[in-house]
Amino acid sequence: MKKLWKGNEAIAEAAVAAGCRYFFGYPITPQNEIPEYMSWRLYEVGGAFIQAESEVSAINMVYGAAAAGARAMTSSSSPGVSLKQEGISYIAAAELPCVIVNMMRSGPGLGGIQASQGDYFQATKGGGHGDYHCIVYAPSTVQEFVDIMYNAFDVADEYRNPVMIIGDGMLGQMMEPAEIPPMKDVTKMYEKYHKDEWATCGHSDGKARIINSLRIEPDENEEFTLRLYKKYEEIAKKETKVEEYRMDDAEYVFVAYGSVARICKAAIVELREQGIKAGLIRPITLYPYPSATIEKAARRDSVKKFVTVEMSMGQMVEDVRLAVNGLKPVEFYGRCGGNVMMPADLVKYIKEGK
Amino acid sequence: MNKIIISGFGGQGVLSLGKFISYSAIEQNLNTSWLPSYGPEMRGGTANCSVIYSHEDIAAPVIDHPDILIVFNEPSLDKFENSVKAGGTIIINSDIVHKKTTRKDVKFFEIPVDTLAAEINKRGANVYMLGVLLPLFGDISEECAIHAVEHVFESKPKVIPSNIECLKAGIEYMKKLLK
Repeated sequence: MKKLWKGNEAIAEAAVAAGCRYFFGYPITPQNEIPEYMSWRLYEVGGAFIQAESEVSAINMVYGAAAAGARAMTSSSSPGVSLKQEGISYIAAAELPCVIVNMMRSGPGLGGIQASQGDYFQATKGGGHGDYHCIVYAPSTVQEFVDIMYNAFDVADEYRNPVMIIGDGMLGQMMEPAEIPPMKDVTKMYEKYHKDEWATCGHSDGKARIINSLRIEPDENEEFTLRLYKKYEEIAKKETKVEEYRMDDAEYVFVAYGSVARICKAAIVELREQGIKAGLIRPITLYPYPSATIEKAARRDSVKKFVTVEMSMGQMVEDVRLAVNGLKPVEFYGRCGGNVMMPADLVKYIKEGK
Repeated sequence: MNKIIISGFGGQGVLSLGKFISYSAIEQNLNTSWLPSYGPEMRGGTANCSVIYSHEDIAAPVIDHPDILIVFNEPSLDKFENSVKAGGTIIINSDIVHKKTTRKDVKFFEIPVDTLAAEINKRGANVYMLGVLLPLFGDISEECAIHAVEHVFESKPKVIPSNIECLKAGIEYMKKLLK
């Protein structure tokens, strides 16, 4: 049965249902309901919650728990996620599965606590140092948060790669009806992904197991990085997710993700009532990016232009331009600082070009 | 579809009134979204929430032009009255707000909801206001609102009867006003 869930609490319960048993974090608005929820909930299911002394500690605790084969996660908001980046790079290089949630607030610096999408570059283009990627999801409803979180640990385990889920203050704080799927069996998940073959759980067959991200020999590190990128190619083939909304006859194509995509949908309904054919391409995975879907749309004669809409000064727009590759104009509409555009703003932009 | 903004001081139950509406909408098998203001807005200034319910999927949870504005303090009236849709509705808690709207193109109701609720339950102003709203909505039943009240107060069953009484009194009050 559907229940009214706050975004942050729904994602926490979905993580528990997905088999997450360890949470390490440090408080920051607007995601505090996630650690708050985990602090009592994980003990009911035999897990553990630690409020670390800093974000740096928290992500390294996730590193440790993931190395031991556990389903572990952390969550934070923009400045806190910046602090975690070193650890995320290490986890990616150690090829360990974990889930990181970023409920974005406005930056740069400490910035503000209202909703923003200013961490797109950080989430999709590395964030930490070196050649690596997180698999990045950007849900747009509370139910989609639940569904994506429910699968996130499987995706992370399947590829032994960190998964990042990004939302924003709006999605974290709002309530919507959602349904949490049934509990996954933690032991079965451990077996399904053959963690007994690599986890440093301290009581295996007596042979040494090493989980490390140090590869000091250039040849060894190059071979490893090439293998990592083979993995990303496979992820791109199998895991790319995108929604196309009213794209059949669209002349004006919005490209937006997360909460902003919902504002675009409302604008599209209004535009179509006025006889203007607008549609939306909504990337659900930001990495891998659904470039092929955008390119296909750019090749359609009916499509006149793309308008990328973001709560930032324009970050994803660069990936849209790469995908469109000059076939059609790509424009940008953004608000920043924690301000949110209204559907009417987008209607006006399409009608008047400003 | 109804788009509702509720605004007042933090602590007046502005956010929980919004939740009551959303829970009632779920009981009625409608889609709903509840979006609160959070952070410094809540401290000292006005707290508000945007509530939408609809038969359709809800796209934007943000509201630029509400159908109904419910106001629990004067700054909230100043802040939101111009955004209300033409032909929309503004409801004020006239125990606290002593101003009238300057809008001529909206329905305007002054309801001393604290005084009215206090006759039954001193802390029942929100639920009383929920009752006031039901005849305006027209598409959420009393039964669904009762279920919502029972659900929200699940952990405090003692307060349920007096809150249901407030709800019913609110419905009757508004029905008389609309006659």
